[in-house]
Amino acid sequence: MASEATAVASEPRETDLLVKMVSIVKRFPGVLANDHVNFELRPGEVHALLGENGAGKTTLMNILYGIYYPDGGEIYVRGRRVEIRSPRDAMSLGIGMVHQHFMLVDRHTVAENIALGYAESLLNPLKEIKERLREFAEKYGLKVDPDAYIWQLSAGEQQRVEIIKALYHGADILILDEPTSVLTPQETRELFKIIKRMRDEGKGIIFITHKLDEVFEVADRVTVMRRGKVVGTLKASETTKEELARMMVGREVLFRLEKERVSRGKPVLEVENLHALNDRGLPAVRGVSFRVHEGEIFGIAGVAGNGQRELAEVVVGLRKATAGRVLIDGVDVTNKSPRFIASRGVAHIPEERLRHGIVPNLSVAENLILKDYYKEPYRRGLLLDHSKVIEDAERLINKFDIVTPSPLTPAKLLSGGNIQRLICARELHKEPRLIVAAHPTYGLDVGATEYIRRILLEQRKRGAAVLLISEDLEEVLQLSDRVGVMFNGEIVGIVRPEEASIEEIGLMMAGARRLAREEMAS
Amino acid sequence: MDLSVVENILWVGFRSATPLLLASLGEIYAERSGILNLGVEGMMIMGAVSAFITALTTGNPWLGVAVATAVGLLMSLIHGVISIHLRGNQVVSGLALTMFGLGLSSVIGRKYVGYQLPVKARFLPKPLSEGLVKLPLVGKALFDQEPLFYLSIVIAVVLWFVLYRTKVGIVIRSTGENPAAADALGINVYLVRYACTALGGALAGMAGAYLSVAYSPAWIENMTAGRGWIALALTIFALWNPLRAIFGAYLFGVVEAGGYTLQAYGYSQWLLNGVPYLLTVIVLTAGATETMRRRMGAPAALGVPYVRGEK
Ligand SMILES: Nc1ncnc2c1ncn2[C@@H]1O[C@H](COP(=O)(O)OP(=O)(O)OP(=O)(O)O)[C@@H](O)[C@H]1O
Ligand SMILES: [Mg+2]
Repeated sequence: MASEATAVASEPRETDLLVKMVSIVKRFPGVLANDHVNFELRPGEVHALLGENGAGKTTLMNILYGIYYPDGGEIYVRGRRVEIRSPRDAMSLGIGMVHQHFMLVDRHTVAENIALGYAESLLNPLKEIKERLREFAEKYGLKVDPDAYIWQLSAGEQQRVEIIKALYHGADILILDEPTSVLTPQETRELFKIIKRMRDEGKGIIFITHKLDEVFEVADRVTVMRRGKVVGTLKASETTKEELARMMVGREVLFRLEKERVSRGKPVLEVENLHALNDRGLPAVRGVSFRVHEGEIFGIAGVAGNGQRELAEVVVGLRKATAGRVLIDGVDVTNKSPRFIASRGVAHIPEERLRHGIVPNLSVAENLILKDYYKEPYRRGLLLDHSKVIEDAERLINKFDIVTPSPLTPAKLLSGGNIQRLICARELHKEPRLIVAAHPTYGLDVGATEYIRRILLEQRKRGAAVLLISEDLEEVLQLSDRVGVMFNGEIVGIVRPEEASIEEIGLMMAGARRLAREEMAS
Repeated sequence: MDLSVVENILWVGFRSATPLLLASLGEIYAERSGILNLGVEGMMIMGAVSAFITALTTGNPWLGVAVATAVGLLMSLIHGVISIHLRGNQVVSGLALTMFGLGLSSVIGRKYVGYQLPVKARFLPKPLSEGLVKLPLVGKALFDQEPLFYLSIVIAVVLWFVLYRTKVGIVIRSTGENPAAADALGINVYLVRYACTALGGALAGMAGAYLSVAYSPAWIENMTAGRGWIALALTIFALWNPLRAIFGAYLFGVVEAGGYTLQAYGYSQWLLNGVPYLLTVIVLTAGATETMRRRMGAPAALGVPYVRGEK
């Protein structure tokens, strides 16, 4: 009798569910993004939503938030059947969403961004907002400066603004679409504290992520999607990382990659006492020197904003060096054009792949020849040999397993993981001498991450030099032969991953420790 | 050149600034919401012809202004439907609106060419106070004007206040910067854009009325003479800010008035006509740096149709 009662209590009645989505179907041209998806959210639970890139997670949540209208299916909120035709409808049902790509007005202040949705007073909304922000800071520890402009904020701070926007209206159903992919580890920890506090208040939180460890840290239940379908919903306490990964990609995933021993060759990239400025005109790279050899992966670790990005941009020619030299195979390429540097065999996998990696409106095929369109065999006089372009594109699409409806699909319609495969295909198929890879697995699912990492190791085995920049410390340590730690524009230490401890690297990243020249691994 | 010449240039300049200011204020709102309307010239000339005919037949200049405002508003809605609902090319649609307005106004106004408005049907400059008008140099320019002159300044200040000090202003500016962000917070992007486009049309129509019932109270074909285009330049020159538009309008107006006067001294009027555009190019160039653009560039979504959920 007693055990029956508890069973009933742990399985809430229909009307107690915050959200119930039944048999949701959504089609896009050439894709079935949601294929009869069922999903539910209980009050006081964190429900993680997992799935490969393009599995349909964002689509499902956009349907719940009224951005897309489903082609089929039913939605119940607090037991009542609802039609959600716009974000306004969703908001009035107490649903808030933090989007995968920030929905902020860059040129406005934090307070203006929040006032956009909610201010009650018509005339002086900003005063009211500032007061409420102070409340939020106390209640959830969500601190931001209301007068700061969005473009001045770090990604973590922008994330905080998004969360405040979602909570401001008193939302008790909160959707977080990959909130941690732009956060530093400290910021992630803070976010989790906030999530737990909201859960304890009885709110329901839907949490999309690609990082399996995070699922076990905050989630109560997990729903896994693959190719538009739900594979299953599990209790987080009753599953394992391996099981979730298998459900996501439909096969075993290797979390530890075998790194073969490769004997290192001549230096390919030599950076000597390099200096450069950031976008605001302040020194960002300050006297950096290192070498990367054939068959070597040189990782750069560091907290975002310590000059890693500027360093990579100088090496590939996208940013001017103010002093120092960059040599590729002994040839001075300092401040040469990106095209010249690329022609020396330098491949670039840039960060912000939508802005710097592809031309979103051009087709997949056109994006694949972006670095060669002016050369044989694609050039025919002043024209392009279109059939040759398509032919080669199809070959690369097969070789690199890019999922796309056709070579003529605009690149922007691909999922994040497939855009990254496209960039890898373009950059790596010509066997480059040096690969500069910035955050190559950012936002990618476990399968795609494994794939990209394997490719980098293959390139190393082939004899390429790799300069790997990533905020994911685990990734840097796992792949690199040597790791340079950047702090405040300088390399404060170069270590071998198998010799250094995480604590030591952490101290260097925080600027609390620095190696002498003789101590650096060469 | 003695002082009375300068005084006169200022007076004429300020008079010719009013239509520039009105039309530009409307365009500022349209563009702030993300809609580029190059049809200002067309809406203005239609406003001019309808105001003239109304004032002539009814003898009431205010009725003329009201009809012109309505005509401008209706015309702008054509542009609104094309660029907001049909997601057409805003440049093409705006240009078409201008050509349509120029053509239609000359057909409608054919019978009235050469007519003058009787005095009671026009706005006349009326001194606010005899004492103030006697102020040196600016007395006449500031205090001996038609009612629409003062009204346009009031409108500018009100529009500035709304844009920068109220929630409505935040909504409008956000819609022009990032419509997806506004939509995600429940703002009706289409409604905001229609409203701002309509306001733009209404003010362009009112600007046309000023020309035909106050500035030169007669109907002359093509009497806007490119003022719609100068108003567009002024919008950029003012960096989409209603208060700066006041300053810019008087600067442009004085430059134009000075042109006529300097002509008498042998300067080429064609060169002087180009000055507003030159000033605009200078402002644009100065504002082209990264930091300046962040602070005061064109609305980021200007001219881009919005579709919810489109990648
Ligand atoms: N607006 C759209 N137009 C066309 N296709 C779309 C659109 N939005 C999504 N898709 C397609 O629908 C599928 C599901 O996309 P969705 O963004 O939901 O994936 P996801 O699971 O969120 O992936 P990720 O982890 O990369 O964010 C993908 O194939 C994607 O290309
Ligand atoms: Mg997504």
